[in-house]
Parts: sequence; C-alpha cells; structure tokens
Amino acid sequence: MRVVLAEDLALLREGLVSLLETHGFEVADAVDNGPSLLKALVDHRPDVAVVDVRLPPSFTDEGLQAALEARRRIPGLPVLVLSQYVEQLYARELLADGTGGIGYLLKDRVFDTAQFVDAVRRVAAGGTAMDPEVISRLVASNTRDTPLSRLTPRETEVLELMAQGRSNAAIAEQLVVTERAVTKHTANIFAKLDLPVTDDTNRRVLAVLAYLNR
Amino acid sequence: MNEHKVYEHEVTEHGVTERPVSETSLQRRLRAPWRGLGLWLRSIPATFVGLWFAAVVTLVGGFVGILLFPSATMALRRQLDGYREKIERWTGHPIERPYLPEPAREPGVKGSVRRSLALARDPATWRDYLWVLADPFVALFTAALPALLIGYGLWGYAVAAFAGKLITNYGGNDWYAYVHVTDGYGHDTGRIASTLVVATLLIAAGFLLGPAMMRVYGRWGRSVLGPTEKSRLALRVRHLTESRSDAVDASAAELRRIERDLHDGAQARLVAMGMSLGAIEHLLDKDPEKARTLLAQTRESSAKALHELRDLVRGIHPPVLADRGIGDAVKALALDHPLQVEVVAELPARPEPPVESAAYFAVSEVLTNAAKHSGASRVWVDMRHERGMLRITVTDDGRGGASLDGGTGLRGIERRIGTFDGVLALNSPVGGPTIVTLELPCALSSPKTSPS
Repeated sequence: MRVVLAEDLALLREGLVSLLETHGFEVADAVDNGPSLLKALVDHRPDVAVVDVRLPPSFTDEGLQAALEARRRIPGLPVLVLSQYVEQLYARELLADGTGGIGYLLKDRVFDTAQFVDAVRRVAAGGTAMDPEVISRLVASNTRDTPLSRLTPRETEVLELMAQGRSNAAIAEQLVVTERAVTKHTANIFAKLDLPVTDDTNRRVLAVLAYLNR
Repeated sequence: MNEHKVYEHEVTEHGVTERPVSETSLQRRLRAPWRGLGLWLRSIPATFVGLWFAAVVTLVGGFVGILLFPSATMALRRQLDGYREKIERWTGHPIERPYLPEPAREPGVKGSVRRSLALARDPATWRDYLWVLADPFVALFTAALPALLIGYGLWGYAVAAFAGKLITNYGGNDWYAYVHVTDGYGHDTGRIASTLVVATLLIAAGFLLGPAMMRVYGRWGRSVLGPTEKSRLALRVRHLTESRSDAVDASAAELRRIERDLHDGAQARLVAMGMSLGAIEHLLDKDPEKARTLLAQTRESSAKALHELRDLVRGIHPPVLADRGIGDAVKALALDHPLQVEVVAELPARPEPPVESAAYFAVSEVLTNAAKHSGASRVWVDMRHERGMLRITVTDDGRGGASLDGGTGLRGIERRIGTFDGVLALNSPVGGPTIVTLELPCALSSPKTSPS
C-alpha cells in the first residue's frame, strides 16, 4: 500500500516513515510543506495520504487545504489528517463531499501504534477514522436534539464508536459484548434517528456523521 | 427605535461615529425653525446662570467666592450640556465635553481652593462663559432667524387681513417691510398684495433657511462648546492611560492564570510521570506485571498532560483563529456551542491580529453569556467591516433584561476592547431580544504568517 506523508517536524516525519514501513506500507513520498504535498498527491496518487494540518510556508491550515484541493482533483482520494488540535469545523469540511476515505485524528493517537495503523488501513479502504474527541464534542453540541436524547447511554456509546468509523466487530471488542448485541444496538439507533438502514459500514458511518453534522 | 437610541448614545459618547439621522429632509425642514427658536429661548435660563457665574467671579477674591466658584462652574456646565445634547441631536454632529478631568472633592477650605483653582485653570470654563455672553446674539442671527422670519411673515398676513385696517382706523401708521401702512391701506389692493407677497416670501425663506442655519449654529456650537485641540489631546491621553493600565492588568492576570494552569496541570503531571518512570525502572526486573500496569498509567498521564496543554493553548490563541481568522474561528465556536448559533461573516480580509484576537474573545464571552443567562435557544452573529470599523452584532432570542453591570461580564468585555478604542452597546429590553453590538476601529490586512 503506497502512502504520501506530509509533516514538517523532521523527527516526527522520520518516526512516521519508519512506523509505516515496519507495518508493510510503502512510503512513496514524505514532504514538509503544503505546495509539495499537493504536487506529491497529484503525481503519486497514493492509496492513502497522511497529512499534518499545519504546514509551512504559512504555518496555517496549509496541509488541510492541500488535502481538500487534492480530493477535488482526485475524487475519493483517501486522506488521514493529523493535528495537534481537532476542530469540528475542519472535520465538517473534510466530510463535506460525503464520499468517505477520510480520517481526522489527534497527533497523539500515533502513540497507540496498532490503533493508528488500523485507522490508516481503514481510511485507505474508503472508510472513516474520526477522533473520539471530535465525535464526543459533536454529540455534546447536539444535546438539544430530541431523537438523540432518546438513545440509551449504551446506544450513545455505540453511536460514538460507530461515528469514529469502527466496524461492528471492533465496537464489540471495545465494549466487551457480542457482535450480535452491537448489531441490535445499531438497529435501534437507526430506528430512533430515522436513518435508512444499510449493511455497508462506510455508508452507515457517513449517514451517522451527516446526521450529527446537520 | 429604542435599539437605535442606545447605540447612538453609546457610540457618540465616545465620539466614534456620526449618529444616523432617522428623519426625512422634509421633516427636518419643517422642524428646524422651531428647534432654532427653542435653542434661542434656552439662552434665557443660560443667561441667568451666566450672571450668577459672573457674580461669583467678582467675589472670588473673598472666601465666599472661593466656596461658590465650583458649584457655579458646575451649574454652567450642566446648562451647556443641554445645548450639546440638542445640537448633537438636531445636527447629527456630536460635541464632546471639553472639560479636563474634574479635580476630586476634598474637604476643608484648602480643598475648595484647590478645586476652584483647577476649575479656573480649565480653559473650557471660560469658553463656557464666553458662550453664555455671546450666544443670545449669535443664536438670534442664526438658529432663531428662520423662526423670526416666519413669525414676521405671519404678521404680514394678519396686517393684510385685518390688522392694517385696525391700525389705520385708530389713526396710527406703521411699516410692513417697505409697505407703508397708512390711511387708505385697507382699500389699496396694490399695497395689500405686496404685503402678502413679502409675507409669503419670508415664510418660505424661513423654512428653506432652517436646516442651513441649524448647521451654521452647529458649527458655532462645536467651535465654542467642543474641546480645543489641546483639551482634546488631554482627554485622549487620559483615555489612553486608563485603557493602557486596564490592558496591562488584564494581561498580567492572564499570565498568572497560565502560570497557575501550567503549575497545577501539565507540570505536576510531568513530575508524577517522572516518578512513575523511576518506579517502573526499579520494578522492571522484580515485578514486570506491576511495571506494565504503571506504564499504562503513565501513558494515560502523558495523554492527560497533552490534553491540558491543548486546552491551555486553545484559551490563549485558538488554532482556527490563527489559521483562518475571526470569521471561521467564530463559526468553529458556533459548532461547539450548546445553543444553535448562526454566523454570517462578511470580511474581505483579516483585521490586525491583536484586534482580531480581542474581537474573537469578546464574541466568545458574549456567546457564553447568552448560553448562561439569556434562556435563548438561538443566537445570530453578524460580522462585517464598514467604514474602517469591525462591527459585530450578537442577537439572541432570550428573555432580555441584561445590563452592563449585572455581573454578566459585559463591563469586562467593554474594558478590554476599549484598549483598541472599541465600544460595546447593549440593547436588552425585558422580554428580549438581546442585541450586543461591538465596534472596533481597524484596518483589514492579509493574514500574516507566523511559525507554528
């Protein structure tokens, strides 16, 4: 699997390169600024891009802008954005085209190697990997939503994990329940929120995120 | 209407911008003569106050004069504040109070002497006196002139209709303008017609001249009642001194808060992590299982420390504000807000960073207030740049009745944006809605780059 990486801190960039390579990824290019990121994404068309939000030369959200521009040129290009901070506004912009293949994680999630690599693979496969913090804030800012307030605490928990992009199996493992129990919860959630039922995990996640992002 | 009044008052008090005049030019034309007459009649009470002031000044060599001088000066100032307010309302040009900072009241004779001296040294005191002396004559030939012309015109109608006849019947004679009212006037249609023409022309002239005369009078008012360049600068210096010390206080408090947060938060966690790592090193051979548990805890500690640092940085300078400017930063704020917040931002470029940051935190605090106190369910934020001003309006559909001094923190916001000559206006009738308007003078520039 080919990866393009953008990170301006040399130490972190090298760390990420070796981390990805030990897990069987091929790093096609590792860049340290916005313009070369856009060029690398368009030239290499990688299976997934791992991008730091804040990049030179302007040290603003250059990485995010480059990733969004690349996705406009190559629709559906999987992008995993890493950031020191997660912002709902940016999550919304990344998810706006509704095609999936989007990840948005705090940089310190990299510490948990297994989870991080899993997230990269999920995004590369067209799935979603949203940081738990984005999702919990998203749910918190929807407190006035009546259908959402009808969910049981357990269902809310499942909803949050689902919105992060986890599969039923992963959710079951995390909550230490059977996969069948998770399937039952998700069915309840979809009924309560009046969302169209689908078996496709990716479409399901996007529907939930779109609901929360209204 | 109420909304406008508050805003007008707040803004003009600081002399920031002209008041929007909310009457048609026809209305203004019809009203101006009577307003001018009113201003002229004002000089009657003003003259009495002026005479009292003059009398006190002649006594100033003695004890009684010293004691009375401050109160007489203050009475004069109050009287002239009425002129300032009326002229501002009717010409649309604010007149700032020109007085130097008032000396504090001190007890005893010494205090009175010092106060009198300070007031006597303020040139504005003597300019006030000049106004009282000269204004009756100036007003007669400017503001009051249109009303007098109209009055004379009406008298012309009366003369033509019946008064001319009455005058001549009793053997008298009179002039109306150039028309001689003598025996036979009542039967002379030529003379009556000229009287009517002159009278009509005078009335028309009165209404036509009204607004122009009001403007001339306004200029006279500004030149005498307004501050001189020197006192304007003195007032400006005072304002800057105050706002500078507010700014220094605020940033010192902010630094103390950051220091405390670091000390109690991240720093304490790092110390704890260092200790845990020491313990882990010690346990590694003896009790690997325990070491593993401690390691997991330590990692959690590091995550918490990072989390706290992130929150701290967000409080100092939010990332979206740094990346995108105030428009998107407030939109990001709205997404995290418990109420439904709609944001409209029409800003072609970014304000200067310090102004932008001050405005952002002001909006953030107003939104927090709305969530806490207003009982609102929806909030609208409107941001635009007009005539060199960043203007932000925050409206909520809550219960209203907010006040600047109700412990709502609005006074604090006002002080902080005051550092940038910004003003805050609040309109919050009981029953809502509450509208908070912030205005900060600033130029727009392209975003500056700074290292992360």
